[in-house]
Amino acid sequence: MSAGASAAIFVPRDSGALSLGADSVAAAIAAEAARRGVAVKLVRNGSRGLYWLEPMIEVEIAGERLAYGPVGSADVPSLFEAGFLSAAPGGHPLALGAAGKIPYLARQHRIVFARAGVTDPLSVDDYLAHGGFHGLKRALEMPGAAIVDEVVRANLRGRGGAAFPAGVKWKTTLDQPDQTKYVVCNADEGDSGTFADRMLMEGDPLLLIEGMTIAGLAVGAAQGFIYLRSEYPHALRVLTAAIAAAESRGYLGKNVRGTGRGFALDVVVGAGAYICGEETAMLESLEGKRGMVRYKPPVPAVAGLFGRPTVVNNVLTFASVPAIVEHGGDAYNQLGAGRSRGTIPLQLAGNVARPGLIEVPFGLSLRELIYDFGGGTRSGRPLRAVQVGGPLGAYFPAAMLDLKIDYEALAEAGGLLGHGGVVVFDDTVDLAAMARYAMEFCAIESCGKCTPCRIGSTRGVELLDRVLRDRAAAGADLDLLRELCDTLAAGSLCALGGLTPMPVMSALRHFPEDFGLPAPAARP
Amino acid sequence: MDSAETWNKDAVAAIVAALKDAPGALLRILRRVQDDLGWVPPPALPMIAHGLNLSRAEVHGVASFYHDFRHTPPARNVIRLCRAESCQALGAEALARHVRSRLGVGFGGTTADRSFALEAVYCLGNCACSPAGVINGHLLGRLTPEAFDDALESLVRR
Repeated sequence: MSAGASAAIFVPRDSGALSLGADSVAAAIAAEAARRGVAVKLVRNGSRGLYWLEPMIEVEIAGERLAYGPVGSADVPSLFEAGFLSAAPGGHPLALGAAGKIPYLARQHRIVFARAGVTDPLSVDDYLAHGGFHGLKRALEMPGAAIVDEVVRANLRGRGGAAFPAGVKWKTTLDQPDQTKYVVCNADEGDSGTFADRMLMEGDPLLLIEGMTIAGLAVGAAQGFIYLRSEYPHALRVLTAAIAAAESRGYLGKNVRGTGRGFALDVVVGAGAYICGEETAMLESLEGKRGMVRYKPPVPAVAGLFGRPTVVNNVLTFASVPAIVEHGGDAYNQLGAGRSRGTIPLQLAGNVARPGLIEVPFGLSLRELIYDFGGGTRSGRPLRAVQVGGPLGAYFPAAMLDLKIDYEALAEAGGLLGHGGVVVFDDTVDLAAMARYAMEFCAIESCGKCTPCRIGSTRGVELLDRVLRDRAAAGADLDLLRELCDTLAAGSLCALGGLTPMPVMSALRHFPEDFGLPAPAARP
Repeated sequence: MDSAETWNKDAVAAIVAALKDAPGALLRILRRVQDDLGWVPPPALPMIAHGLNLSRAEVHGVASFYHDFRHTPPARNVIRLCRAESCQALGAEALARHVRSRLGVGFGGTTADRSFALEAVYCLGNCACSPAGVINGHLLGRLTPEAFDDALESLVRR
């Protein structure tokens, strides 16, 4: 380090890292540097998503980012003592080597999360230096229909859960003659077991802003809204600051890059209703009403927010768009498996040794995800069940871990990919209790508009309570439960009631012994 | 934050005046009242209805729909524990038993002296650091009963 230069130290301000004491680590670094009279430049980056190593700090030396983790504030003096500002103290027990070479990261194919954890989320210059706004610059030179065509050719499907082709929605909105149209980002990431939207909004918010602006240009909308769940106060802080930064640099606002075309963004915070992750309930909520599901048709692309044509997509969908427009839809479409194209940011959590964010092309197996990346269970006990796709996703047994992670493969196996959350359970899990929890969750979060969901979920809790009290005598109740699930699946207005049977029935199908039935014959 | 059964009428009036023309004004107003006052006092609803030219029933319908809006003054300390799957997979139920007995209150309850309220939450987006919880707005991860007690000690408002 030359005299006068100050070493850059990256300490994440991602809320996961903060929940493990990242702020006190940053304070300890500042205090120790001051005590020693060393100049340091603290950068508060996002998380790279290696959560078992958080708080993971990095020091930039000769263009390389050397990582240490998990760091507690008590470890800070020893890092200084070992000379971590000027060289790689190989012997330090927390040294991880170059961050980018950690196998968990090196084996990923990051498109959406390429910058998360690398840059200062609020620095437009950092964003530009790492390839930001290239998609927007290209989009500004294209007619809307050409932008839509790239998204169509990419075969980008909605990452929020429904996997509906984004290009079809965009084209529908583009084709509406209305003067006023909207772009709405569903950032109500309510599915338990998922955190990719949060990580992206906290770690690379300008990417979401760029993707939404491109969507506005594509369909002819001048106003966008981000509907953010209230459980994410840090994401709100970062998004609000990032919008202001983008506006001040002319990447957002009345006159984007001096082209005379405008796009404004507004963040609206929800109020703790899971159902507002359903797109029509979210639109009702954005209009200031109860978050009640709407009948479709009309679809939001034709009549959405305030009755106007509205593109509604999830955070990760919009965040995939800048790369698609920059490099062309065909390049994106080269990646993936079957009809699931591109990359999918998977979120690995629950009882797993190395939880985190894993962005890979579709087609990875659950086994590769959980063992090669995740390192198996955290408890060290045998893995018994995996829930894929959030609270409405199926429970799969250990014998099914060779399932490929793509939309069709999971659907064929009686599950869904949803928002890409994967939660691991060891052999202490009680699947009948988890089935009861699924019904309880539906009862708590039902909007109440349709009867199967509103009443059926409560009856489901009662039935499963009886099963749990006396599993040996559950036979008749389980028949009723199957009928009830049929009714919910066939008669509900939206995915909440319609898919609550999925965790319940998959638990019963794959783990009958937890419901007082004979265990399935010898599992491989 | 008001801890008595009184509420700041002027603050609500100012919020209504500031936000009444925003798109989807009612949710934004209720959100701001909740954030600033710590609760949505039921007597404020007619005021909000008047400001937006809505019926009291419409405003009540929205205020009562969302889990976040409290209709009684908040406790001095609000503890939220995640009860979703990932946290369950790592001992959230045992943690919940500890917290309930430590605070002497169940989920949805407030202690008689209004010092603690315990709330269930379904996912804080901190699943990779399960089990997760929140003490007075501070997100916590990898909680154990001991870690919870330590955090409570440093974050509690007395």
